[in-house]
Amino acid sequence: MQTTWRELVTAIHGMMFGGLFLMTAFAFVMMLYRSLAAEGPAESGEAGRHWDRIYLIVMVLLGWGAVLSGTYVVYPWYRATAPAGVVNLASWPQRLLLSDPHTAGWHELGMEWKEHVAWMAPILMTMAAWVLMRYKEAVEQQRRLRVTVAMFALTGLLATGVAAGFGAWINKKAPVAGGSTIALAQDRK
Amino acid sequence: MKSTEAAIPNGGAGAAILAASVGCFALGILAVAADGSKAAARLLTFYRPTGPLSGVTTTTILIWVAVWVAGNRIWRGRTIAIAKVSALSFAFLVLGLLLTFPPCEDFLLRR
Repeated sequence: MQTTWRELVTAIHGMMFGGLFLMTAFAFVMMLYRSLAAEGPAESGEAGRHWDRIYLIVMVLLGWGAVLSGTYVVYPWYRATAPAGVVNLASWPQRLLLSDPHTAGWHELGMEWKEHVAWMAPILMTMAAWVLMRYKEAVEQQRRLRVTVAMFALTGLLATGVAAGFGAWINKKAPVAGGSTIALAQDRK
Repeated sequence: MKSTEAAIPNGGAGAAILAASVGCFALGILAVAADGSKAAARLLTFYRPTGPLSGVTTTTILIWVAVWVAGNRIWRGRTIAIAKVSALSFAFLVLGLLLTFPPCEDFLLRR
């Protein structure tokens, strides 16, 4: 049972950072919309507020981990230019997608959108988390502020969904692979 | 109820919301610029393996943080009209989203 270094890093980017960010962002948005329907401010003790802060900080760190690992580690492997004369483009995902009109759209629409819109998610979630932590009282008292934060967080979640969805699909069409081989378990004899 | 709401400072929150939306708008503008102009793409290539995306995102972060810090200095501790800030911020956010969507980008660049 083997994988390659690039496959492992791509999995960390997409499944660990991206996947966990998507899940935490979804729960965060649900919590915000639930608070909009609540009759009054939710009562939580000091321990509850402490865990809320830890949750928000972890969510934000996962978001930044996803975009930074994607942009500076995985994306350079994806967009690398194949040397002249190479026929098998399996190690150059962007070139592989563009070489066929039936798959070119995965790059021209999917990756072109994903690579930019993904960055909106951590920006919006950082803002939402910071406002909730720093201005908790104002958020609880001012419905307009709460609605604004919830709408921005929802936009951040949708941006994450677009990035994660296209990322997973593009990696199915033209996987980022290569690098040294890593044995995950002993091969069956 | 209204007087209670008005008494709670929300300026710092407003500054954070506006800055995030300006950051998203800047991301859209820079993405279109890097896609539409070879000179801009070259200028925005801060890290060659990543290409212009490195400059687009780094500049976006710098703009976002600068607007946030400036807005926070001006509005911190104050109570602002959050409805107006929200409306303006949504406008920036929607524009930013549209600018990053490739069909809109192609339309603007007449491709």
